[in-house]
Amino acid sequence: MFDFTPTDWQAMELSARVALTATLAALPFGFAAAYLLVFSRLPGKALFDGLMNLPLVLPPVVVGYLLLLLLGRNGWLGGLLEELGIRIIFTWKAAVLASMVVGFPLLVRSIRTGMEGIDLRLIQASRTLGARWYDSLFTIVLPLSGRAILAGASLMFARSLGEFGATIIIAGNIPGVTQTIPLAIYDYTGAPGGEGMALGLCLVSIALAFAVLIFNQMMVKRLEREHPQ
Amino acid sequence: MKMDVSLCKTLGNFRFATEFALEGSRIGIFGPSGSGKSTLMHLLAGLHKPDQGSIRIDGETLFDDTQRISLSPEKRRIGVVFQQAHLFPHMGVRQNLLYGYRRIPKRQRKIDPQALIAVLGLESLLGRNVTSLSGGERQRVALGRTVLSCPRLILMDEPLNGLDEGLKYQIIPYLKRVFDEFDIPLLFISHSLNEMRLMTDEVLEFQAGQLIGHTTAEDLARRRMGNSQVGYINLLPLGEYRQIGDLHAYSWGNQELVLSVSGEGAAGMFELSSKDITLFKRHPEASSARNLLRCRVTKLFGAGNRVGVEMECGGQPLVAQVVGEAVDDLGLVPGRELVAVIKASAFRRLY
Repeated sequence: MFDFTPTDWQAMELSARVALTATLAALPFGFAAAYLLVFSRLPGKALFDGLMNLPLVLPPVVVGYLLLLLLGRNGWLGGLLEELGIRIIFTWKAAVLASMVVGFPLLVRSIRTGMEGIDLRLIQASRTLGARWYDSLFTIVLPLSGRAILAGASLMFARSLGEFGATIIIAGNIPGVTQTIPLAIYDYTGAPGGEGMALGLCLVSIALAFAVLIFNQMMVKRLEREHPQ
Repeated sequence: MKMDVSLCKTLGNFRFATEFALEGSRIGIFGPSGSGKSTLMHLLAGLHKPDQGSIRIDGETLFDDTQRISLSPEKRRIGVVFQQAHLFPHMGVRQNLLYGYRRIPKRQRKIDPQALIAVLGLESLLGRNVTSLSGGERQRVALGRTVLSCPRLILMDEPLNGLDEGLKYQIIPYLKRVFDEFDIPLLFISHSLNEMRLMTDEVLEFQAGQLIGHTTAEDLARRRMGNSQVGYINLLPLGEYRQIGDLHAYSWGNQELVLSVSGEGAAGMFELSSKDITLFKRHPEASSARNLLRCRVTKLFGAGNRVGVEMECGGQPLVAQVVGEAVDDLGLVPGRELVAVIKASAFRRLY
């Protein structure tokens, strides 16, 4: 079998940590964005929608480069954070950020589809029963989007596990610090005799992604049983 | 309840504009589909915003564009029962029932949940999942949920529409009981005359987004007799019954009516069309019809090319319809004694 090195194990652990952190951190924003897109009457909704979906069609390298411009030492946000003593570029946080931006459209799309399936009358009913809008949001919209949120989150998690282009630009490829599975595979493919190890990590990647998909299916089925709609 | 409403709303090609002031507690909003009934409901409840106008209930302004007042739905305290029950699918029956109750200040909780649950017969459903309920049960839970939010007024938007034809009217006794017991003003929206007559005292009639009349359901029913295939529907509350062979004899005022209705007999509301009543000058010697009732004409009214004959039968009102010639043949004038002949199969149970 494959004899993984300590840095390989670190890459696996880091991949899982980055994907999980990115997914959890993006959830509230994803939910809010989907809510605004479905239920609000914002004037610039089409523009907002387009912006939200842009990372889905842009090359991840472009996303990474834009993030680098923004967060680099000379970028306006990067400079500000630097003054506060916070460094993001070339740390694992940068990998999280890259995954968040690239995976965000998948999360929003999925939650949005779920929210669009909610009968508006249910929300109206809750309002006439005395619930304020945020009360409706947490007692009606949130629970009824549960399935979609879960589906979106697992999709985003899987996407984050595979994030490469944006990550390598803003987080670099530092073994043990920012090197996730795809970056480690990239290293192996460039090194003489690394094919075997690259294949090994590929299999790990496949196994992880498959496990996430199965978990996703299980949760969706369970929710369907509990709350058939 | 006193209500003062003046509203304008344009939705695409449809323009809704109305103005009315009324005082009452059982008000019907009647009209064909597309007449603006549901629009009115949405505007009153605050679910749609009027283009302009005002809504005042019992002296409180809920909406007024000139004063820039527009209370949000949860502040209007207007309960809504939708066409489909729209129960929250992720909550059980009990949670659905108490959703509004838990959201009102304690001093406004005028209705005891236990009392309401008993009136609506919901005890056995409390632990159930709402997706396992029948249409009628769902509608009862939806009504209970709205009543428990202790609103100042309840709007019901065609609440019987989604129910099976046969079971439709079975919910009416529950509705009547709730509104009698808990004394909440009701605005009942429907295109069914029978429902209007069973549930309301006065009716606002809408057509193409305009208010065209302020009348009673009874009056509407009489006017309709002229152009309706089914005639005027007599709504007969029948009491105790006894079995005669395979027929049932129900008490009706101080006399009996013989009916051949299938199923278990019990007191209830029955309908009988004015077309199914034949009038005779004198008592016929024998007839295949099982009901021969002595009546006295109290009033005649015209509707289209038909004449409605309002009669009094043993203390109970009954309306038959005849054509103009029959009026002369029978010498119909108020005070005239007649015999009304009705087949046992002409009656239909509503609930």
